[in-house]
Parts: sequence; C-alpha cells; structure tokens
Amino acid sequence: MSNVPEDLRYTESHEWVALQEDGTVRVGITDYAQQQLGDLVYVELPEVGQNFVSGAECAVVESVKSASDLYMPVSGEIVSVNEELADSPELINQDPYGQGWIFEVQPTDPGELDGLLDADGYRELIEGEAG
Amino acid sequence: MKLRTPLYQVHLSARARMTGFAGWEMPLHYGSQMEEHHAVRRHAGLFDVSHMCITDLPAGHLPLLRRLLAFDPATLRPGRARYGVLLNPHGGVIDDVILYRPDEAGYRLISNAGTRERVLSWLEEQGAGAVFDHREDLALLALQGPRARELACSTLPRELPPQAMDLPPFGCCRRGEWFLSRTGYTGEDGFELALPAEDAAGVWQALVGAGFTPAGLAARDSLRLEAGLNLYGHEMDERTSPLEAGLAWTIDWEPADRQFIGRTALTRRLQEGIRLGRRGVLLEARGVLREGQLLFNNGVQRGRLTSGGFSPSLQRGIGLCRIELAALEEPEQDWAVEIRGKRLPVRLVEPPFVRRGRSCIEGLPVVGPEQMTRGDKK
Repeated sequence: MSNVPEDLRYTESHEWVALQEDGTVRVGITDYAQQQLGDLVYVELPEVGQNFVSGAECAVVESVKSASDLYMPVSGEIVSVNEELADSPELINQDPYGQGWIFEVQPTDPGELDGLLDADGYRELIEGEAG
Repeated sequence: MKLRTPLYQVHLSARARMTGFAGWEMPLHYGSQMEEHHAVRRHAGLFDVSHMCITDLPAGHLPLLRRLLAFDPATLRPGRARYGVLLNPHGGVIDDVILYRPDEAGYRLISNAGTRERVLSWLEEQGAGAVFDHREDLALLALQGPRARELACSTLPRELPPQAMDLPPFGCCRRGEWFLSRTGYTGEDGFELALPAEDAAGVWQALVGAGFTPAGLAARDSLRLEAGLNLYGHEMDERTSPLEAGLAWTIDWEPADRQFIGRTALTRRLQEGIRLGRRGVLLEARGVLREGQLLFNNGVQRGRLTSGGFSPSLQRGIGLCRIELAALEEPEQDWAVEIRGKRLPVRLVEPPFVRRGRSCIEGLPVVGPEQMTRGDKK
C-alpha cells in the first residue's frame, strides 16, 4: 500500500506539494510514483531562478528502466533544489516525502494550490490506476 | 492470455512486480533490482528463465545443425555447449542461441522467448520433416554469482548430476530430465538448470532457503549490459550482420566447404568491407544512457546506442552502440551522447564493463558494499 499523507496536496502526474510557512511550496514525487519507477539512479534538477508555468516539464527522474518528467504543480520561480539528490537519488525511494524532496517554488498565484487534489482525491486516483 | 512459467505462483507469493515480456508474465523485480543485481555480483542470485525456448534434437540432426548454425556444431564434443547465431540467407541474425551436447545421444538448442515462433518455423522449414522435441514440460533456472555453484551443489546433492561441481565453463551434463550447464547471462560464474516443471517450485524454495536471492528481468538486463552481452532485438536482428554486431568470433569459416545458411551473404559483406562495429559506451557525466540515443565524434553523428542503462556496479550510465568504424580512425577522438538535447561526454570502450565481480574499465572500480548507497540502505 502506498503512503498518502493527509496534509499534502497532489497532482494527477504524481507530484506532492507542501505549502510551507514562508509561502513557498516544496515539491517531490509520491510514494506510489517511486514504487512504480523502482530504484532511482539519476535526477535532473531545475536551476534556481528558473520560472515555469504550471504543467511545464521542469525536472527528470530516471530509474534504471525509464526516465520520467516532473511537471510544475503551480506556476512560479524555483527558489531551492535538493542538491543531496545529485549524489543520492535513492533518497526519493527511501523517504519520498522527507529527505527525497526535489525542489521549492515561490508560487506566482498561491490560489493555484486549491486546484490540486487532496489526499482522498489522490488515493482515488491511484486506486483507479492500480485497478 | 499471457503465458506463465511453472513458477508463476512462487513469484506472486514472493511479491514480485510482474511484467509482460514476449507474451509471458515474468517477474521484473522482487522489491529492488539494485539489491538483486548486487546479490548476483557478490553472492548468488536465482532467475526464472523458463520462458526461453528449449528444443531437443537427436544426434542424427547434426548435418541439419551444421547448415543452420554459423558455428560448426561438428566441433562440439559431448559434455560441451557453444554460443552462436542462426542466420537468414541475407546474413541477418534470426536468433542467438546456445547449442548443448550433453552426451552422444543428441543436442539441445536454447533460443530466445521473443523469437520462439520464428525459430520454430525456421527449424520446421529447413528440417523438411525432421522431428524436433519442444520441451514445454521443462522449467529453466539460472543460478548465478560467485557462490552459486557451491551453494547449488551443497543444497541439491542428490538431484544434480554427480559431476556438477567439476563442470568446466560451457560444460553440460544431464541426469534423467535434470540438465545442468555452466553457462549464464550475467558475467558471473554459475549454472543454468533445466528440470521437470513439477519439480521447479520445490527446487526454487530450497535454493532460496540456501541463500540465493530471487532476481528478476530488470537485474538480468543490467547484469548482461555490464557483462557486455548482446540482447536479441537490440544489438542484433534479421537486418543486422553478426559481423557488425560484435559476433564475428562466433562464426566458423573452416571447413571452407561447410555451406551454412548466410555464408554467401557474409562473404560478400566481408569483400565489400565492414563499415559498422559494436563498442561499449561509458557516460563520463552523471546520468543514464538509453537505447536510441545518438553518438557524435567532434560534433558529427557517427553512431547510435543499441542498449542503454545504468551500471549498479560502476554507478555510471553505460550502453552498447553501433558506430561507424571509420570514426575510430579519426585523429581527434571526442565523443559525446545527446540526452534531452544536451551533448554529454562519453568514453568508447571494449565490452565487458564488469566481469566476475571486477571492473574491466581502467580507473573505475566496482563500488564496494560500504560505499554502496543505492538500494542498499533499506
């Protein structure tokens, strides 16, 4: 069973989004996504200062078997990336919601967060995919 | 309906992630392909390869085999096996196979799952009424790793043929329907074992109990890539000449009067000159190589990856490629691969990358368990 924390928001492309106290949002991939991908061996991170609109390809995670794009969950500017992943992409497998976070965004419009799935909505989505 | 091996239920019980492969439902991994990969390099891994195609032929079929195979099966002594290719009349590769001669009574041909229909119909067509025995009643296991033979012999002393531990590389023997060879597809020592389907689950459990790690197709692929071994449909197919796929060494030109299928085409090819060759590719930057990526020397496209992946042992992107041999003669050697629009530096090497637990790449050791991070921290 995949872990889907209650306090996060989710996208249909399996990113999780956490609103932080300073108004930035932290982004990673879900436990379900890392299970589907298998052992991750490489992460191509965006650059700090880059701007993306929501839905844009902004990073790549690669497992031995496949490469998957990450999509920007909300429009905004990349303010931080998880440099640890360059040497230890397996952190995403081991701790997808903690040490395996991927980047942080200053959202252009914080209201966009309301358009994302909540935990129940995401659970429904992955149950549908599994079935 | 997908085909299932006799070990299907065993895989489900072991919580394998199953995947479709050549019409079969096969285990991709049992949790972590990295751990499975390292288990084979350092200890012992167990693969279900029952999807492969086993055909038995009586000794009287030797003349047919001498026509079908690009190597000369007449050179094969009892108790030995040999790797080689079946060619079409145009010199393209129908399949790569191992031919075994366990004893005087006959031969066993093991071919790929993906080419099953093609190979069987080719045998029928060329055999003109000859009788083949397709052994769908057998399971096939690969026991691979530095400790695989010793663990197998101490776990199954009554079942295995008595000479099991003394088999030389590419040796084979049988006892009843138990058929053992010292072959594999990982670059490590080990056995492949064919046995009656009804015995497979019990033997699997006994071997796992003795310390073998079940390993899936994902680890099988990363191991064979590190070992620099071709995969049918990637490094070779019916439009690829073995002379351009690193397989020239498998062809027997002597005796000169042996007219094997494809010989005329290969000879013509040799006279025209061989333009393409197979090399290994090592990514010097971080990342993963993938099949289909293009290779450039000094900015000019000179080749393409036929297989790509990530080497768990070297922690680098590695692959196999087909390149223009003329590019290797150019004074300036500055190779790059294009990944998502970016050109990244690569080194061309002679495969294998890793063999018998050791790196074959200068200046790049196999990472030890203590430095190992990926997949091992769990």
